[in-house]
Amino acid sequence: MKYSIFSLARAAFSGHKTWQRTWRDASPRDRYDVVIIGGGGHGLATAWFLASEYGIRNVAVLEKGWIGSGNAGRNTTIIRSNYGLPGNSGFYELSMKLWERMEQDLNYNTMVSQRGVINLYHSDAQRDAYARRGNTMRINGIDAELLDLAAVRKMMPFLNFDNARFPVQGGLLQRRGGTARHDAVVWGYAHAASALGVDVIQNCEVTGFVRDANGKVTGVETSRGKIGAGKVGMAVAGSSSRVAAMAGLRLPIESHVLQAFVSEAIKPLIPGVMTFGAGHFYVSQSDKGGLVFGGDIDGYNSYAQRGNMPVMEDVCEGGMALMPMIGRVRLLRQWGGIMDMSMDGSPIIDKTPVDGLYLNAGWCYGGFKATPGSGLVFAHLLARDAPHEEAARFRLDRFRRGAMIDEKGVGAQPNLH
Amino acid sequence: MVSLAQTHRLESGGLIDRSAPLNFSFDGKIFAGFQGDTLASALIANGVKLVGRSFKYHRPRGILTAGSEEPNALVELRSGARREPNTKATTAELYDGLEAASQNRWPSLRHDLMAVNQLFAPIFVAGFYYKTFMWPAKFWEAIYEPAIRRAAGLGRAAGVADPDHYDKAWAHCDVLIAGSGPAGLAAALAAGRIGARVILCEEDFVLGGRLLADGGTIDSMPAAEWISRTLAELAALPDVRIMTRTTLFGVYDGGTYGAIEQVNDHLPSPPQHQVRQRLWRIVAKRSIVAAGAIERPIVFTGNDTPGVMMASAMRTYVARYAAAPARRVALFTNNADGWRTVETALGAGLQIAAVVDARPDVSSEHRALATKAGFPVLNGSVVGVEGGKDGVRKIAVSLIGGARAEVEADGLAVSGGWNPAVGLTSYHRGRPKWQDDISAFVPDSAPPGMMAAGAANGAYGLGACLRQGFAAGAAAAQSAGRAGNPGTAPVGDDETFSLTPLWHVAGKGKAFVDYQHDVTASDIELAQREGFESVEHLKRYTTLGMATDQGKTSNVAGLAIMAAVSAKSIPETGTTIYRPPYVPVAIGAFAGHHRDENFHATRLTPSHHWAAEQGAVFVDTGLWKRAQWYPRSGEKDWLESVTREVKAVRGGVGFCDVSTLGKIDVHGPDAGAFLDRVYINTFSSLAVGKARYGLMLREDGMVYDDGTTSRLAEDHYFLTTTTAKAGPVMQHLEFCRQVLFPELDAQLTSVSDQWAQFSIAGPKTRDLLREIVDPAEDLSNEGFPFMGAREVALRGGIKARLFRISFSGEMAFEISVPARYGDALVRNLMLAGKQFGVTPYGTEALGVMRIEKGHVAGPELNGTTTAADLGLAKMMSTKKDFVGRVMAGREALVAADRQVVVGIKPTDKTRRLRSGAHVIPKGEIPGPDNDLGYVTSVCFSPTLDQWIGLALVERGRERIGEIVHAHDPLRGEDYDVELCNPVFYDPDGGRQRG
Amino acid sequence: MRIVCPFCGERELGEFTCLGDAKPVRPAAGASADEVFDYVYLRDNVAGETSEHWYHGGGCRAWLKITRNTLTHEISSVEPAAGVGAAKVGA
Repeated sequence: MKYSIFSLARAAFSGHKTWQRTWRDASPRDRYDVVIIGGGGHGLATAWFLASEYGIRNVAVLEKGWIGSGNAGRNTTIIRSNYGLPGNSGFYELSMKLWERMEQDLNYNTMVSQRGVINLYHSDAQRDAYARRGNTMRINGIDAELLDLAAVRKMMPFLNFDNARFPVQGGLLQRRGGTARHDAVVWGYAHAASALGVDVIQNCEVTGFVRDANGKVTGVETSRGKIGAGKVGMAVAGSSSRVAAMAGLRLPIESHVLQAFVSEAIKPLIPGVMTFGAGHFYVSQSDKGGLVFGGDIDGYNSYAQRGNMPVMEDVCEGGMALMPMIGRVRLLRQWGGIMDMSMDGSPIIDKTPVDGLYLNAGWCYGGFKATPGSGLVFAHLLARDAPHEEAARFRLDRFRRGAMIDEKGVGAQPNLH
Repeated sequence: MVSLAQTHRLESGGLIDRSAPLNFSFDGKIFAGFQGDTLASALIANGVKLVGRSFKYHRPRGILTAGSEEPNALVELRSGARREPNTKATTAELYDGLEAASQNRWPSLRHDLMAVNQLFAPIFVAGFYYKTFMWPAKFWEAIYEPAIRRAAGLGRAAGVADPDHYDKAWAHCDVLIAGSGPAGLAAALAAGRIGARVILCEEDFVLGGRLLADGGTIDSMPAAEWISRTLAELAALPDVRIMTRTTLFGVYDGGTYGAIEQVNDHLPSPPQHQVRQRLWRIVAKRSIVAAGAIERPIVFTGNDTPGVMMASAMRTYVARYAAAPARRVALFTNNADGWRTVETALGAGLQIAAVVDARPDVSSEHRALATKAGFPVLNGSVVGVEGGKDGVRKIAVSLIGGARAEVEADGLAVSGGWNPAVGLTSYHRGRPKWQDDISAFVPDSAPPGMMAAGAANGAYGLGACLRQGFAAGAAAAQSAGRAGNPGTAPVGDDETFSLTPLWHVAGKGKAFVDYQHDVTASDIELAQREGFESVEHLKRYTTLGMATDQGKTSNVAGLAIMAAVSAKSIPETGTTIYRPPYVPVAIGAFAGHHRDENFHATRLTPSHHWAAEQGAVFVDTGLWKRAQWYPRSGEKDWLESVTREVKAVRGGVGFCDVSTLGKIDVHGPDAGAFLDRVYINTFSSLAVGKARYGLMLREDGMVYDDGTTSRLAEDHYFLTTTTAKAGPVMQHLEFCRQVLFPELDAQLTSVSDQWAQFSIAGPKTRDLLREIVDPAEDLSNEGFPFMGAREVALRGGIKARLFRISFSGEMAFEISVPARYGDALVRNLMLAGKQFGVTPYGTEALGVMRIEKGHVAGPELNGTTTAADLGLAKMMSTKKDFVGRVMAGREALVAADRQVVVGIKPTDKTRRLRSGAHVIPKGEIPGPDNDLGYVTSVCFSPTLDQWIGLALVERGRERIGEIVHAHDPLRGEDYDVELCNPVFYDPDGGRQRG
Repeated sequence: MRIVCPFCGERELGEFTCLGDAKPVRPAAGASADEVFDYVYLRDNVAGETSEHWYHGGGCRAWLKITRNTLTHEISSVEPAAGVGAAKVGA
């Protein structure tokens, strides 16, 4: 049933008894043209693009738990395309354009809200770096504005302009940036992909790869039996190394914990997404009213999906330094996700050295905003066996060649990206 | 309006202090209460039933609980800058003058126009917003979302800076106990008697937990007496610390716990110099969760009517606060424990309208009680509540067998059983297990060192709580390494707990599971129908359990209903992941004093006070405050000051504090060999008394840092780093020394803070130095040549280090003195230099001169440039191994089309340059494919009398002389620049060597 | 996390910085680019017990080799990294 205010009104008469499952509860079949490991946003988006753009509908998405149980459901929901390096700029803008049509594409309200993303700067050097980045964006056809202090003050009069340790001097604003409802993105892709024939299979954990005599991957072993596949795509950020190890691969990736926090719901307090340039703190306010905020990764390798107090304190210190009006707002929940931290801070979307196995990994803490773009370019790679033009730099061999995409300029140390 | 009657205050009893009356206001109306009240108990004592509105439907809501699990009774507490949204009236201590206001209503609590949402309730079901508001696309940000955002949220934050202070503290103990009920106190007794260091945290302001309302007999004495005796004994023990108003909210790794102490929230504002709250990081060898259990509601139609209250909460209000939530009480229970409310109510002289008991049988004692007190016992379930904003009037009952009954009552107490508070035990992602006899989840595993005791562990009888608590306290103390005698355990009655599970009474009309978020039983059914069967999906789709009460009253009921509709058992359905904090905690508390100017430390240079006296303008460089320029009266802007400073240096002499550079002493016979491994160039061959510029790479081949290193003795080098990298380089070098090259005998000492260092530059530098340095020291070009470095004596005998190095391109020295002499040195330089017109210069002039000289700095050393990019390829030794050597040879790092450092100058000499502009071939339309690079550093060069800059440009060196386009759409600027040699000034270096 | 520094005793997590896996060993001079590439870029990224390099920057500045479980954060051993504080002293 198509979702709309009319179908809602009709359903209301029957006490909403007429609604069907949002996605079919599929059981695994023997073989698919493409099997995607990972029922997060990226995996489901990939399946939807395979079906809708590339005409490949005999596709299964395997999820070890419930769809969206990984980073898709644990992030701080920010979307933006304010990157500064070739490779990233084009890709994230492709993704942004897909966000802008997502609800109509999927017939699901993912609450894409372009309320703006501003990166505040606190020094001349930081302003110059943002100017460089903002100009890169403009040259790539992406909206960007460099705001001075007066403009920031007008837009966000509640920031600490009086006695800050590192006073705000201005900001780089992308008005088209904003947030989206993260769970809805997962459900929307599952809904739309399922409608096109994709099997979304939950509680199906991949335990190994099936290989033929030449070493080619021809399927996967799962907790629900063996499933044959023409091609297998991995979209398991957080667990990439573990899954790749089943195929004998070592990746330029470490797993780290990133914590996130939400406050009690309050009436609208802040306009868009803000990042503090002199500490580790970024924040937005959800439609429900909670301040959703985070900061730096904890800094040690972890698969525990929870962090420790030093970072929690560091993040709140940043928040109080930036806008001391939140002192009496209460932190309601904290949680942690496993970040696929790559060696240059940028993602990897490529064929692997193992025939038949394709990799989508290394999203660091930027995976959510990439969801639609990642789905499209990974689908392209799986369908055409060649990288999409906007993902041509996300190759696995770039590290060996020295063609890193290192926005932060910190090198092969994942916990600094 | 003033109402001081306290119409619903009982004549006697309670733990309130009737000699201490307090006035407070709610929605502008003045009421009276007593010391010892919470806001909720005082409102109840005044007969107030309506206290809030729900999140979505704006339904009128009353007080449901008496604790931190409260979903409904949320208020804005205090006013102005201290306004605290979403404060639970049930935990807010009353103080004189307390101001509270209801929230999420307009224009008033009684007449809330947003209640119109209820008309749309048939459409506003769980997740309805995912199915609509999609057309037209632009309407989301413009229309739909702003309306949703305004309607959502609960209270209003103050919107101005929090005026209060917060503190952070550490504490250490053997045994940490959460909760001061019978289990917690017994645990403290046992552990304390054994001699353990004990900390007990209690969120309430009175100790005793459920004993305060439910009483009982312990060691043959009334509970109240046992509590006071126990507290006296604990106070006498040497190492037992009891912290009230302190909630243990989280458990982290290594036995670290988070707790929040509400130091002064019970006062209108913190006394002067005191904090509002204190964040505790408690390190404990063992911990005992004795946090009790939370009574759970039953989901039935109308269960959110004001006046419907948890049975245990009703007891608390009556017994502890002497406040009557109702005059004529009905009870709806599925367990024997609920009947306590009947006993308490009767004892306080309240009327019992009826007991609706869902169990098929009621004990003979309870039957006898009913007969004696003259109220009916109805075996069945409540199926409807008649009433509204002003409370319950009548309840409808469906009896077992199908008959119906109606009961007139003005309050309905509900007990659906109890859920152990499993939060703390589950925060390391451990899942609790289902225990059938109490139909509840109990802790299964727990974080290392933690155990649960008493009701938190599923033990519901008083006797069992005391036994478990005591045993846990003894075991914890012993496993923490203490050996002593715990004595005998306190003894209490063993009540039996009989319960027939009942989660949801089916019926027409809204039956709420999550009160605050308006999640109904039918929402859960809808979620199941649409495939959101996983409890995590259920939570996310319906928002069940995501409100400020964190699902304390709703989660288990919600998943029980999900289990029923999906024909699974409750344990099969499972729980969601429990997430800290246990109660919401003010963000300010996590920040503590780290806000405003104290967000981060401030580091001052040795000449700071002097510079401040001169009126210097300071700039933040990392944690440092550095003098940026020294304005003089009459100068109209920074550019005029900086220009004067540059000219003064180039034409005479000036000095600049460069103490912020990282400084490292490298000692040992292998010091030179060690430096050879970490720098791309060679230091082992450096002569004693000489300095050399060095460049180090990261292991991935990119430039990491630069600086000069001097050899002061055969086995002693002195190395400088950039200001920004002082700490990281020290860490990196220690890694190289300790981990990579342990065979080398070299030692590193950070001496950044030990030396004050000044650059003295300009043609008259030597003249000035001769006034400062002992005349016996030879400062001539022969006696102290360019790149010389050695210790010298100053006039007066102080030893200093002198380095003939130049960042400005002028004849220059850097002089180091022990940091404590820095201030004296700078004052002496001014005094001695007066005759030469000595001019202090700041970081801006320093930057101008380095750009004029083409030296690379932070903007060029951005972590993505190679030595060759910076024009320093020749420094890279081919004769030795060094960090980064191999990876620096990768194809993309040696490609011909890399962006490399070049100089730029505008073709229009009057035009200003800006960093961050991009470089595009002249005549082309800017796009990703012809973006050649960007401008990294710019300045107005007084020497060349025009703006100049450095840029990283693709094949830049090949393009020198080419006119390209500077494209700066952000600032709306486009202009032509010429690419040129980056060394604008004295390219032969004659001046610095002269 | 609490880390028992062999030189300073038990200290709080905030005093330490983690570098990462301690297993890769820097190839000797003359090693091939592939060997160095492996060392710099590839990680086992173990889910479970693993050894790591940590720096006690807020204390004695020792580099430590810590055995830690990345699933539970439990630390089972802390020792000085190779040669710490003892490089040829007295030799």
